[in-house]
Amino acid sequence: MMGVIASTYVILIVAMILADLSYTTPHHILEAFKSREIQYAIKLSLITCTITMVLSLLVAIPLGYFMARFEFRFKKVIDAVLDIPIVLPPLVIGLSLLILFQTAPGRFIESHMRITYTVYSVVIAQFMVACAFAVRTMYVTFVQIDNRQEQVALTLGCNQKQAFFNILLPQAKNGILTAASLAWARALGEFGPILIFSGATRMRTEVLPTTVFLEMSVGNIEAAVAVSLIMIASGFAVLMIVRLFGDKNVGV
Amino acid sequence: MIKAISLHIEQGNFLLSNLNFEIMKGEYVVFMGKTGCGKTTVLEAICGLRSLFSGEIWLNIKNVSKDVPAKREIGYVPQDGALFKTMSVKKNIGFALKIRKWNQHHIDERTEELANLLGINHLLDRNVHDLSGGEKQRVALARALSFYPEILCLDEPLSALDESTKEDMMRLLDTLKQNLEITVIHVTHSNTEALKLADRILYFENGSIKENIQVI
Repeated sequence: MMGVIASTYVILIVAMILADLSYTTPHHILEAFKSREIQYAIKLSLITCTITMVLSLLVAIPLGYFMARFEFRFKKVIDAVLDIPIVLPPLVIGLSLLILFQTAPGRFIESHMRITYTVYSVVIAQFMVACAFAVRTMYVTFVQIDNRQEQVALTLGCNQKQAFFNILLPQAKNGILTAASLAWARALGEFGPILIFSGATRMRTEVLPTTVFLEMSVGNIEAAVAVSLIMIASGFAVLMIVRLFGDKNVGV
Repeated sequence: MIKAISLHIEQGNFLLSNLNFEIMKGEYVVFMGKTGCGKTTVLEAICGLRSLFSGEIWLNIKNVSKDVPAKREIGYVPQDGALFKTMSVKKNIGFALKIRKWNQHHIDERTEELANLLGINHLLDRNVHDLSGGEKQRVALARALSFYPEILCLDEPLSALDESTKEDMMRLLDTLKQNLEITVIHVTHSNTEALKLADRILYFENGSIKENIQVI
């Protein structure tokens, strides 16, 4: 009985993808690849997702470390704040970002460097959500690693920084890979905040989810499905790479 | 020499209060007492891994109460050894020396010397994952001794070992005690260990020292 319930979900996932596949032909996918707009969207998606991933790790590793290893006032509050981007509806995040850049400090930044409706805004919109997942992952990763080894390292002559880089970080390798892939995959799928904060201008702020939306809105379902499949394939590839490179002997 | 002057240490929700003791250079002192009596907490405070609520810890003629663990130069072996999982046995033993920026040649020499002393020569290139309990403790001891500390703190080093390995390790600790001029604090539940190894036993109860027994 349990097996049936469990396998239903897996079957549903696979069936969804198979349905997409049956709806399209290699011809459609090739057409999609040939379109200049879609080429641009693929390129922009890959670049922005990668930048978002790197930024997310740069924030998530130190933040996760502090949350996992230090006690401070209002830690519970900060812990809850960190989850806000995960629980907020994506549209609200986009709207909030848009409003943020209408405030005085926001306008000041905009007067020096245009953010809204540019590719920078795409990265910011992706980062706001993706980073929350990376932080959560790193937090859990560090909490699960016993700090005993770091303590021994301290007695052996390390300062906190040396203990972090020599002892903790190498053990967190799997967690870092997971955080990176989660951030990348979240960024790839991000649509709501980008639509509101960056717009959906072809050859400018169009990422792959935008393409799906734009193609669907003009009734071009075949192209929308073809682009969806490109996203499914690249997302799946990233997950597989993490599974293959993850060292099972180390860390969590 | 280690001197603890009216130590107060917070442990969970109770306070270890007004602990005073002195440990002489070269002495082998065993901390005993029930689980939760605070013996491990005191050991960690000596190593600098736990901050004091009040009181002072002196090593020789220096007040180290506020010093970070690295400055205290105490060899520390926790219960499970806590070997560095991402390093080989050799790298584990040489770690403290690498942090001290010794050159590789000297690190190798010292590692070799310790491996001979502790009988773990054949393990040097192994991963730490597949060592037995006794082997892990030997490596942890070698790592703790690598930088010539004057003080060695052992937190229930034998509790996870089977009987025959325990015997071996006790013989080893006894040999170290005879051959190295080192002060040892050894936390344990076991009377056998205490009687075999200790010069003196401090018996902890409810956060204070109940008895101070000289073993002859």
